[in-house]
Amino acid sequence: MPQKPKAVALISGGLDSLLAARVALDQGVHVEGINFYTGFCVEGHTHAIRKQDRARPKRNNALWSAEQLGIKLHIVDIIEEYKDVVINPKHGYGANLNPCLDCKIFMVDKAREWIEEKGFDFIITGEVIGQRPMSQRKDTMPVIARDSGAGDRLVRPLCARNLPATLPETLGWLDRDKLYGFNGRSRKPQMALAEKFGFEDYAQPAGGCCFLTDKQYSVKLSDLWATRGTREYDLDDIMLLKVGRHLRPRPNFKVIVGREEGENRFLEGYRKRFVHMIPTSHTGPLVLLDGEVSADDIELAARLTARFSQGRDAEQVTIEVKQPGGDARSLDVVPLTADEIPAGWYI
Amino acid sequence: MSTTVVDARNLLCPLPVIRTQDAVVKLQPGDAVQVLCTDPGVVYDIPAWCRVHGHEVCDINEQEYEIAISIRVGESGS
Repeated sequence: MPQKPKAVALISGGLDSLLAARVALDQGVHVEGINFYTGFCVEGHTHAIRKQDRARPKRNNALWSAEQLGIKLHIVDIIEEYKDVVINPKHGYGANLNPCLDCKIFMVDKAREWIEEKGFDFIITGEVIGQRPMSQRKDTMPVIARDSGAGDRLVRPLCARNLPATLPETLGWLDRDKLYGFNGRSRKPQMALAEKFGFEDYAQPAGGCCFLTDKQYSVKLSDLWATRGTREYDLDDIMLLKVGRHLRPRPNFKVIVGREEGENRFLEGYRKRFVHMIPTSHTGPLVLLDGEVSADDIELAARLTARFSQGRDAEQVTIEVKQPGGDARSLDVVPLTADEIPAGWYI
Repeated sequence: MSTTVVDARNLLCPLPVIRTQDAVVKLQPGDAVQVLCTDPGVVYDIPAWCRVHGHEVCDINEQEYEIAISIRVGESGS
């Protein structure tokens, strides 16, 4: 038995993981945090692409939690490995494309690998029985422990007293009587504990911490998969689903329309990958075309681009069109009218 | 002493932090790192990451669309 047991805590940036880590710290455990980046994580900075949001206070909540706790935080890029979780979830999806149970198993498994590599003793999560309909239920808690391989080295300090004793408890590293027995969807016990610990200004994400729980985002991802005929994706694909208006005028292509200056600038970073266009006679958005496009498709997209420009009511708008890495050419087009854009084009 | 440059332009947080972390773990205490970014969130996140790991932020140079953050690697080495 080590002099001071060492644990890694899964830190999402939310209140529960913050509290769980603090409970273990208070029992003399050396705790370090780990945070997994899947590409689907909701971070305030994603919204900060938009110029109008630049004045908002920004912080990475997982880092903020680590600072509050006075612990190190290791942020791990799992984008590639996570694809299999999203594409082939053994336990299925939630209300949208959220594979919450498989996700939790995967992350605990990664944490298990991490502690084995680093010589740590156990894993802490902020899970609470009954808190989430898919992944945090009494019947799924043992599934996560078993399928991740963590077994009794997985401790949930906030609901531990409702679960069988774990290895750190039986070995006396953690005093079970000083762990908690939270249960259900109520946030009141966590809020009371936060107050006891003096935590203020903690994150309270209304829609969870993952874009896959978002209906609109899931619709866009489904559209991407369906039109490509494959469920494969890369980071750029899933980042672009977070930015701009997405419209599919024809099955073979969609357009991504920057909604304002910040998004236009972000989309500029993708000009080498996509056919793109921008109005030159009027102020307007940068538009990316995703798919194989014909001359007729380009003209339709140009008319759509004109519709989203300041020249929407003009008789004619000049649009500069560029192939990736190619020369620019100009098209003079009549903007589409509002009636010519069916609601079904919007993804 | 050479400076390790991390190009994190056009990446959104936390990827600039992860790229910085991946570079720093290979360096020695006292080494210099410059991180080039475009996500405005880095001016909060990279200093926060440096604080929890004991690295020093020497300079943050914000231009209109690009940010350069200079870091001195601390003793923790992680």
